[in-house]
Amino acid sequence: MAEVKTAPAIQEKEPLFGKKEKKLITDPLTDNNPITIQVLGICSALAVTSLVLPSVVISVAVVFVCAFSSLFTSLLRTRIPKSIRMIVQLVIIATLVTIVEMVLKYFSYPVYRQLTIYIGLIITNCIVMGRLEAFAMANKPWRSFLDGIGNGLGYGLILVGIALIRELFGKGSLFAGSAAEMKIIGASPDYIINTMAEGSWFGWYSNNNLMVLPVAAMFIIGIFIWIQRSRNPDLVDIS
Amino acid sequence: MELFNIFIKAAFVENLVLAYFLGMCSFLAVSKTVKTAFGLGLAVIFVLGITMPINWLINEYLLSETGPLGFDFSFLRFILFIAVIASMVQLVEMVIEKVSPSLYNSLGIFLPLITVNCAILGGSLFMVAREYNFSESVAFGLGGGFGWFLAIIAIAAIREKIRYSDVPPALRGLGMAFILTGLMGIAFMSLLGIDPAAFQ
Repeated sequence: MAEVKTAPAIQEKEPLFGKKEKKLITDPLTDNNPITIQVLGICSALAVTSLVLPSVVISVAVVFVCAFSSLFTSLLRTRIPKSIRMIVQLVIIATLVTIVEMVLKYFSYPVYRQLTIYIGLIITNCIVMGRLEAFAMANKPWRSFLDGIGNGLGYGLILVGIALIRELFGKGSLFAGSAAEMKIIGASPDYIINTMAEGSWFGWYSNNNLMVLPVAAMFIIGIFIWIQRSRNPDLVDIS
Repeated sequence: MELFNIFIKAAFVENLVLAYFLGMCSFLAVSKTVKTAFGLGLAVIFVLGITMPINWLINEYLLSETGPLGFDFSFLRFILFIAVIASMVQLVEMVIEKVSPSLYNSLGIFLPLITVNCAILGGSLFMVAREYNFSESVAFGLGGGFGWFLAIIAIAAIREKIRYSDVPPALRGLGMAFILTGLMGIAFMSLLGIDPAAFQ
């Protein structure tokens, strides 16, 4: 019996940044958003969003931690025994968070002072470990890295969105604490719209204290979900 | 009596979910039916009740300056606490996989995510901040877990009922869960205002 020679399988070359890779970044921004669809990372979305500046800092830190923890976990994925995988993942995350903490302490001490606890809480941000479990443990390093960036950005988008609404209506300012601080509406001449000025149309206005409480973030996320699902009926839960 | 006080306070007045908004992700994602919520609630009670005394021992005998090591290792607190929690959750995962595969499947990714349930790490950090002793930390752990359990059962029951109501389609499910949690949070804020010191 003659041996049948099989042609060597043509290795399909994967493009470095093809359609699939692009989808990994854009999907979490819209149709597979970590907060509104996957329900990951809610706790910090409630805790830090009363001001815009901390939300931006936390979002950047989460993008970094998410991307690199996905990369390292994916590199190690075949060597991690199943029974201790959580401890390994958490050690990776905790190390990266410690790096972030040190970098922030070095470059901007006032912001670090303002955020100490929240930076530590990135370790328990479910979005990081959630993506490790759901994606990085089963995919190649480059893809996992992109998935980490995409999910970090999707998270940051919602976080900054909530913070803009909460700070504007709760405190009357935007970007408080940074160089670009803007005072929009309030009861003193420092603000762009001064409610105490004579002949002002905004004399009836006062800041909404509910917006300062974490409860407000729940309602705002609820409304974001409402808007998103009305625009795209495919996302509606049937159950 | 003091221990009972701590238990009740941790379960109701300072409810981890509805007063401090910790452990929100699994709270919202796993509360679709009462049955799975019940399973996750029990797992959280177990993990909180076990990790709290272990972390107390670690904090007292390994990390503090007065312990046998005689050096302030408190900068290792995060990593050690998280390692204890992760190993306990791993244990729970193995047990549930053996005992009830159907519960294991319905919890899905949210079973390993108990590790990063902020309620559990948060509980341990509260314990350190409030300087509880050993028995108080056990009571606080069990009370906090019980409060979390009650909260997730409550919202799961509401979500099961609300399925028969005429909610706008886009708000059904998750959207409504967020708004319900917000309303329950406002209700629990009134309990937070009860300060026992005010009655003495």
